[in-house]
Amino acid sequence: MAAGGMSMDPVLSVRNLSLEFVTRRGVLRALNEISFDIARGEVLGVVGESGAGKSLTGTAIIGLIDKPGRLSGGEIWLKGQRIDNIGHDGLRKIRGRRIGMIFQDPLTSLNPLFRVGDQIAETVLTHMPVSKTEARARALALLTEVGIPAPESRIDAYPHEFSGGMRQRVVIALALAAEPDLIIADEPTTALDVSVQAQIITLLKRLCRTRGTSVMLITHDMGVIAETADRVAVMYAGRIVEIGPVADVIRHPKHPYATGLMGAIPALGAKVQRLTQITGAMPRLNAIPAGCAFRPRCTVAIGKCAETVPPLVPVGATSARCWLHEAQVERSASHG
Amino acid sequence: MFAFAIRSLAQGVLVLVTVAFIAFSMFRFVGDPVVNMLGQEATQQDRQELTERLGLNDPWPIQFARFLGNAAQGEFGVSYRQGRKVSDLIKERLPATLELAVLSAIFATGLGVLLGVYAAINRTGFVSNVIMTTSLIGVSLPTFLIGIGLIYIFAVELRWLPSFGRGDVVRLGWWSTGLLTESGRKSLILPVLTLGFFQLTLIMRLVRAEMLEVMRADFIRFARARGIADRTIELRHALRNTLIPVVTIAGLQLGSVIAFAIVTETVFQWPGLGALFVNAVQFADVPVMSAYLMFVAAVFVIVNLTVDLLYFFLDPRLRSGRRVAKGH
Repeated sequence: MAAGGMSMDPVLSVRNLSLEFVTRRGVLRALNEISFDIARGEVLGVVGESGAGKSLTGTAIIGLIDKPGRLSGGEIWLKGQRIDNIGHDGLRKIRGRRIGMIFQDPLTSLNPLFRVGDQIAETVLTHMPVSKTEARARALALLTEVGIPAPESRIDAYPHEFSGGMRQRVVIALALAAEPDLIIADEPTTALDVSVQAQIITLLKRLCRTRGTSVMLITHDMGVIAETADRVAVMYAGRIVEIGPVADVIRHPKHPYATGLMGAIPALGAKVQRLTQITGAMPRLNAIPAGCAFRPRCTVAIGKCAETVPPLVPVGATSARCWLHEAQVERSASHG
Repeated sequence: MFAFAIRSLAQGVLVLVTVAFIAFSMFRFVGDPVVNMLGQEATQQDRQELTERLGLNDPWPIQFARFLGNAAQGEFGVSYRQGRKVSDLIKERLPATLELAVLSAIFATGLGVLLGVYAAINRTGFVSNVIMTTSLIGVSLPTFLIGIGLIYIFAVELRWLPSFGRGDVVRLGWWSTGLLTESGRKSLILPVLTLGFFQLTLIMRLVRAEMLEVMRADFIRFARARGIADRTIELRHALRNTLIPVVTIAGLQLGSVIAFAIVTETVFQWPGLGALFVNAVQFADVPVMSAYLMFVAAVFVIVNLTVDLLYFFLDPRLRSGRRVAKGH
């Protein structure tokens, strides 16, 4: 399914994951047949508009979906162990220990009434068989590693005594506290100043690279993806519409939605002109059209698009969910 | 912190002086103290002498200053009706009221927080629903009805507990306590339940609502994502954040429990300050009334100050305003 040779021994493997919200007015499908792999040390970017299901995918992987949401199909495998059906306690041992999570807003991610050092030590103590002294030493080492100045004194500071960027560093230290295999970073820089964003991304990238930690980087910032990710998955209305190596998706997007997204990236230094715009808006969950969900906004739609959902098929270096390419695939297959 | 304490203290003093002024005004508007003290047969000369002796010919600011000075030393004059010093009367009644109020506050806060946390954690459980429904009754039933109901069940029908009074008390210096004798302890149960029940339900509902709110916070979600155990999240991370607003309300409630135990004291003929005040009102005993007013104000000021200081222990954000980190 994944492009390239990355899928040999994936750290995380998501197969046909579907998620539903059972509401009084019927069942809403928020995630539809999501499949992807993340290899060891790989950074997978996940992009898409608000409401496309990016964050929900991340939340579903660590099993923190709030009611009335529920997984309605598919499997999640972490290093060969299935984790979507192991129950509350099983998941709790995986959260923080094997999958770390970073949320969007560092200002609200930390408990305001506890010292940052204690929060890190608490995480360490929860997952590792160490003494309190060792946990504190580890908290200090982590704070040093994420670049908190004067960590010996800051370890006893409260979250409100840190700036936003510094707090996100603490959050990263917390996510890495138990040396997880995978970090799910849900818009880790959205709430920060532009000048701080680059620092945080660089830090995250460096820490994960040195540890061989895989990253699922959820964002709507294509610049961050281009700089950081190895592969990228583009999501639209609860489905992955295109997934592949980041350079290919950015330079030669195959799905019309991905094409539209890439066209909307302002290029620095280029002559200022109007950016491409995708007309319309993403459909609401209760009004997803039959066939391809992007069809109403698509400029190159064909008759088939209104009838059936296209499958995710390999197109060149990437995989895309679009009937246009199926035709190409068939044609090239018949030629060869 | 120090500046904060000084400011709170200054505010408290201001409140007390204002209330003192109101208490002082009562003497001027509720009857003529000279007539009250001498009776109708006194001669004009007696009256003038007493007026002079009481300093009632002085301009009112001087009289007020004198009143303040006396009040600061705990002197509120002599009760018109009982002919005894008001300070002695209060001293005599204070232990009964304080014992009742403190016990019911402990009962209400302790059980209230416990039940509130339980109802918040098991939001949809059967027991939680029973607790919530019962609490609604507690919030809406008037105190005297609860008191009379308890008396009917436990004193009249079951005959387990006494229906009035303090039972036997033990004197410790000027303090008298019912906690050291069996009849004293038995006598405390019903009044404590009656006085505490409303507070209990209020605190419980407050804790539950606050806790549900906190459980939705991002840092709770993040704590879950870190794999922290549910009990730790609920009882360490959430509860502590819940308690900050609860302390304010519980503090004010404690104040009102001490100050306005009147109804409960009347129902149970409890020899406390509330009963003293009710009698004073019936006989227009102004010195007692004004002293009671000052007492209530003092209680609230002290409770408020304590609550303010408690914040410093609960919320680090108040503690260290100046140490905020600079930089990115």
